[in-house]
Amino acid sequence: MQSHIRTFAIAGVLAVSTALTPAAFAADTEVTLGAQLEPPNLDPTGGAAAAIDEVTYSNVFEGLTRFTSDGSVVPGLAESWEISDDGKVYTFKLREGVKFHDGSDFTAEDVKFSLDRINAEESTNAQKALYADIESVEVVDPSTVKVTLSKPNGSILFNLAWGDAVIVAPETAATNATNPVGTGAFKFDDWVEGDHIDLVKNPDYWGEPAKLEKVTFKFISDPNAAFAAVMAGDVDSFMPFPAPENLAQFEADPRFNVVVGSTEGETILSTNNKQPPFDNPKVREALAHAIDRSAIIDGAMFGYGTPIGTHFAPHNPAYVDLTSQSDYDPEMAKKLLAEAGFADGFTTTLKLPPPSYARRGGEIIAAQLRDVGIETEISNLEWAQWLEQVFKGKDYGLTIVSHTEPMDIGIYARPDYYFQYDSPEFQKIMEDLNNTTDPAKRTELLQAAQKKIADDYVNGYLFQLANTGVVNAKLKGIWPNRPTQANDMTSVYWED
Amino acid sequence: MLPFLARRIGSLALSLIAASIVIFLVIEVVPGDPASFMLGLNAAPDTVAALRDSLGLDAPAFVRYWEWITGMFRGEFGTSYTYKVPVGNLIADRVWVSLPLTIYALTLSTLIAFPVGVLAAARRNSPTDVSIMGVTQLGIAVPNFWFAMLLQLVFAGILRWFSAGGFPGWDAGFWAGMKAMTLPAVALALPQASILARVMRSSLLDTLGEDFIRTARAKGLSRRQALWRHAIRNALIPVLTIIGLQFSFLLAGAIIIERIFYFPGMGSLIFQAITQRDLIVVKSAVMLLVFAVILVTFLVDVTYAIADPRLRRARS
Repeated sequence: MQSHIRTFAIAGVLAVSTALTPAAFAADTEVTLGAQLEPPNLDPTGGAAAAIDEVTYSNVFEGLTRFTSDGSVVPGLAESWEISDDGKVYTFKLREGVKFHDGSDFTAEDVKFSLDRINAEESTNAQKALYADIESVEVVDPSTVKVTLSKPNGSILFNLAWGDAVIVAPETAATNATNPVGTGAFKFDDWVEGDHIDLVKNPDYWGEPAKLEKVTFKFISDPNAAFAAVMAGDVDSFMPFPAPENLAQFEADPRFNVVVGSTEGETILSTNNKQPPFDNPKVREALAHAIDRSAIIDGAMFGYGTPIGTHFAPHNPAYVDLTSQSDYDPEMAKKLLAEAGFADGFTTTLKLPPPSYARRGGEIIAAQLRDVGIETEISNLEWAQWLEQVFKGKDYGLTIVSHTEPMDIGIYARPDYYFQYDSPEFQKIMEDLNNTTDPAKRTELLQAAQKKIADDYVNGYLFQLANTGVVNAKLKGIWPNRPTQANDMTSVYWED
Repeated sequence: MLPFLARRIGSLALSLIAASIVIFLVIEVVPGDPASFMLGLNAAPDTVAALRDSLGLDAPAFVRYWEWITGMFRGEFGTSYTYKVPVGNLIADRVWVSLPLTIYALTLSTLIAFPVGVLAAARRNSPTDVSIMGVTQLGIAVPNFWFAMLLQLVFAGILRWFSAGGFPGWDAGFWAGMKAMTLPAVALALPQASILARVMRSSLLDTLGEDFIRTARAKGLSRRQALWRHAIRNALIPVLTIIGLQFSFLLAGAIIIERIFYFPGMGSLIFQAITQRDLIVVKSAVMLLVFAVILVTFLVDVTYAIADPRLRRARS
């Protein structure tokens, strides 16, 4: 019997030791990025999932214009453009010598196809509304396209920089979901579903070639697993990192750099403006004064985040700091509630989607509201439930969500949007903004819009979500900021 | 034997039909619309309607149920809403990862449990036995997800012998695949091994107390000879039952371990499909697991009946 046990033991040792072949070390032209969400497919023109853009934006697909790291819009596949005096006709001069990854030429026909496809009736483009003003697209010659708008729209160059407006070829549009063919500096190589996606360098890229030969996106949804993967060196960068509480530990480790940048994510306590008692502006004002932003940033985000007083990104040049208008002042909040006829407070619902800013922030806000007499019934929802109940059904009192789309203050002009703010005055400001192309006038209007929603206390404005993550200390060129949902790898390289 | 088989196959079919109806109904009532989930916060209602239409979500429930069932018989599972690839391929890829993991874990657990259980029984009440019982008690009590995180921290985070998780795909080679499976398999195997070792021990002790063992000893066999020649074979029946149960449990129940090791198996496919409301994937994947569990139970029943004719008669 002893000998039998020995046989088992030896078999076991063999099994383990054969498994222990040394890990292969990635060559210094390869990078593995960690990401929390796997994209459902790789077609940025057919769905809203941020993870699609996080893989493909600027790496695989390019649009006429594009965002840079600081959020400004620069020429992409369009080399230059002219705008007619009435602001309605945009004539784009396209780059020449651009090829799709399948070897076919990029021409004005592809641009016309891509833009027409967004506005087609059966289109499933998630941002269709951004391009609704495009009336017609006309091919002037193979490298010139004329885009005519039904009315002036000062944001159209900005909107064309979104991942949803990338240029695709007609012959590959239908299969881009699983085999994306774009014009970018990287080509799609392989997708092991549930695990990783590989992109490889496009040797025929029209612009500055990529410095990396290969980029791997590895999908790790669990925050503990993400921590383990970074510590084990399985991933070289994890932006944004899902657990801010681990960042201090990375900071202490010389192998890593902790990066803190900005995002377009205004995190707000969304308020149902049509549900009593929130239809009373006094109650909303009381709500604003009952919230202690710094306690939420410290408690829920471990100090990462910038307080905001309106729905606008603080790093934008047009931003106005309105935080003092809704300072933390529980006594004032109680007084306002009493004036509104709620001296004894009231009870409402607080519906929280999955991200930790919402779940953790929700507990803190509930405690702060209790101090002024507002009781909240908290329910934790998954995203699909949240979309159904809160976003579509408008069955909620309060919710917390980060609006990560860039420059999205225009949602306040949509009366059927889930917070149901209906102000003709605000809608007028947005209309004027669309009709204005002069930068100084646009800034003025954007500031008026920020002030208007702050004055009306539409929502509780909490903080701008920070882009916090961890990057290998030798890896350079990763975007610190997140002007759109992207991991632009085109200028990332390893330092010797 | 034939009437028995016919009855068992009949009940197998009934269980499958009942399961398919339950799965379909549960998925019908799950709140959350796949189309609005895919299009996010800025989509206009008519865009959502266009997508619902192209996904075929607006047909009556009975029609969709019928198409689903008949489709499965033809081997067509439809196209995933989110991944846009055939559901059958998606599931097949995951089965080729989950099934080997299950077999790996089960093999490990049996390889550990068998000698440990025999050793404990052979040296009943010795310090060896007491410590084995203590360790296996701990193995059952410690939740396997905690154990998984510990393995990950030590072997990936500190020693860096293994990746913290993930699966490179079988294309990367057999040994690379096996290596990636090792930590999850160990995490899955140890609690199962603890259970199995204890079952092995008690079953063996029961058998050692039987009359035929006493007879064997009286005929002059040593204790060890009696154990090896007569006791172990007879003690195996309950152990095999447990292994059968563990197979179904590991195949369907590895979801938490898969999440910790971000391992692309069936569990994580179902988990992700549920959160993304890729319901067409959820129902077929769950149905497949139900089928596997019912099939294993059926095979175990039939094996018993072959091994022990009394069972056949008792049920006639």
